[in-house]
Amino acid sequence: MKKDSTKKTTLSRITKREGLQLLKNSDLLGLGVLADKVRQKLHPDNYVSFIIDRNINYTNVCINKCKFCAFYREQDDADAYILSRRTLFSKIRETIKCGGTQILIQGGLHPDLDINYYIELLQSIKSTFDIHVHGFSPPEISYIAKKAGYTLKKTILLLQEAGLDSIPGGGAEILSDRIRDQVSPKKIGARQWLHVMEEAHRLGMKTTATMMFGSVEEPEDIIEHLHAIRRLQDRTGGFTAFIPWTFQPNNTELGQNREQGTKNSTCKELHTATAVDYLRVLALSRVYLDNVPNVQVSWVTQGLKIAQVALRFGGNDFGSTMLEENVVAAAGVRHMVTIDDIVHAIKSSGFQPAQRNMHYDILRKRF
Amino acid sequence: MSLKRIEKKVLSGNRLSSEEALLLFESDDIFTIGRLANQAAQLHNDNNVYFIQNHHINPTNICVNRCRFCAFSRSKGDKGAYELDLKKIIRKLKKQGARVKSQESSTHNSTVSHNTQLKAPFTEVHIVGGLHPDWSFDFYLDMIRQIKKALPDLHIKAFTAVEIDYFSSISGLSLMQTLEQLQDAGLESMPGGGAEIFNKRVRKKVCPEKIDGKRWLEVMATAHRVGIRTNATMLYGHVESFEHRVDHMLKLRNLQDKTEGFQAFIPLAFHPLNTTIEGARYTSGIDDLKTIAISRLFLDNFSHIKAYWVMLGEKIAQLALLFGADDLDGTIIEEKITRSAGALSANALTRNELIHLIQKAGKVPVERDSFYRPVR
Repeated sequence: MKKDSTKKTTLSRITKREGLQLLKNSDLLGLGVLADKVRQKLHPDNYVSFIIDRNINYTNVCINKCKFCAFYREQDDADAYILSRRTLFSKIRETIKCGGTQILIQGGLHPDLDINYYIELLQSIKSTFDIHVHGFSPPEISYIAKKAGYTLKKTILLLQEAGLDSIPGGGAEILSDRIRDQVSPKKIGARQWLHVMEEAHRLGMKTTATMMFGSVEEPEDIIEHLHAIRRLQDRTGGFTAFIPWTFQPNNTELGQNREQGTKNSTCKELHTATAVDYLRVLALSRVYLDNVPNVQVSWVTQGLKIAQVALRFGGNDFGSTMLEENVVAAAGVRHMVTIDDIVHAIKSSGFQPAQRNMHYDILRKRF
Repeated sequence: MSLKRIEKKVLSGNRLSSEEALLLFESDDIFTIGRLANQAAQLHNDNNVYFIQNHHINPTNICVNRCRFCAFSRSKGDKGAYELDLKKIIRKLKKQGARVKSQESSTHNSTVSHNTQLKAPFTEVHIVGGLHPDWSFDFYLDMIRQIKKALPDLHIKAFTAVEIDYFSSISGLSLMQTLEQLQDAGLESMPGGGAEIFNKRVRKKVCPEKIDGKRWLEVMATAHRVGIRTNATMLYGHVESFEHRVDHMLKLRNLQDKTEGFQAFIPLAFHPLNTTIEGARYTSGIDDLKTIAISRLFLDNFSHIKAYWVMLGEKIAQLALLFGADDLDGTIIEEKITRSAGALSANALTRNELIHLIQKAGKVPVERDSFYRPVR
């Protein structure tokens, strides 16, 4: 074990260099002790929160075609779709029936949909249902703005007025253009992603931030990502939570290259993240992002058992119950989990379950 | 905090008491428990983590016992009941590459051995199954004999203590005679299944027809005396208490003091699907890691603690390597028992995947034979 991981007990902000040392050289349990301390300091009440919501993907058509994605389709593919209003509404109705308070609505960058589609979509949802709309990640916002010829600020304002409550942190992948050029060359760059989030925060809108790791990045890229989030958060305070999760290789271009042991140099050495890698990155995120209040564990990519362990490696939130999830499922990973399973998983890890909303207000404590 | 005292004991190589083991189960300081267990593992095995290329055969799921926690067993005539044909078993083993070792030793043709290396031969077959009401002891002996004859270099690890007891009762032979005859037929070691939790009241609830803990230990003591090395398991996470787990491990530790015949201890996480234990759930990942760690600390006379990835899932099994486990079992082709109860793990792991998991945990992968001797 390197000395910095044990010496660091004061919980002051760590530098990029210290972060890199912890990520590369610390022993996992030592790093876990640190992350667990930070989590306890920020969340002394022993609650682990979760939200009842549903992921709704309004379309799977996407011009970005990222290499790590198993979900996207071309416009003329047989299984390409745009969700009808009717289907969308019945999904929202079901969500509310299950005690849901939010929908996460995201989709591909569909070349035929313009800003009016989104505005009408939001207006129709909001005029029919009392539900929080957490929607459209920065690549979508950016694409909508570009097609409309509006500034980001004007675009977000229009969407906000139409009923958008908050923005999910997807599409961040690794905020390092060196990596984005390899895995998602058509997607917006790191700077633009941060720019969308900054504009949203300035308009008083809360957002989350994600990180997808375990593809082709190096430890340095992960630090670059965490650092970018921490800097923006210092300025705006607009991120409610950080959500790291791991690349799922099945049915993706990147995964295929990996299986074939391709000569394509970017993918030759690709090994997806193991449980040890996941907990290491999660714990480091908790320690590094001292200004982001919540860190979510990813049971969708890790399964419930690792998610439980992750609650002792910095996580304080179980994320969403995911009454529906399509994107990770497209990569062949599906953990059948009910609200009751999540409540029990939290309890048997030694914590109290609490249902929350997107602002992390507690809605229900008794289960 | 009282873990300090336990830490001192562990570091000075002193044995933990049952009270201390219980204290560890009740503690939520998983980091200290994990660190201590990892130190204990290093004392036994340095940073080595062992794995084996092996194949599982479950010859039948027809069983007279029908334990409550078992999703595998069927009664005769039930839908889904099966009996594997011995010829088919041998054909399958041969096809999947077990013959390679004998070929390598009988020919010196380097191309042959090079080609067959790529097929990832396995060196051990693990045979456990139900207690079939119609099969005779001779039938089982013949099974071992025929496999041994067809594949002389394959190590045969077969039959839990429960099966051995059953063979003894259907043949009218003593335990000693039963085991010696199996040994003569070619059985070389035994797995550790059927131990569950030794406590009587727990057994009454979860496996009333099964032999009791005393008999299980008696079978193992006899096997050790005959010169058959065995493993020992503990099925946890159903209706038992922490006291029951500690008591279970204490009985194993006491026997090991006498015989030294146990190779590995294998904590098995209970799986709830398709079983008839009411309100049963999957164990928590935290409980899995603590149980591994505490077993490493408490069973100071066991050389190996196995993180059986089929039961734990490969992710928790990998983490277990940082909590005192030094063995990941193996490639495990064809396992059926855990799968019937909703296993969370992959179907089989390749040699490369096992090595990758071990290295990413910061450990040194060592491919082993059935007696923990490094191979290649």
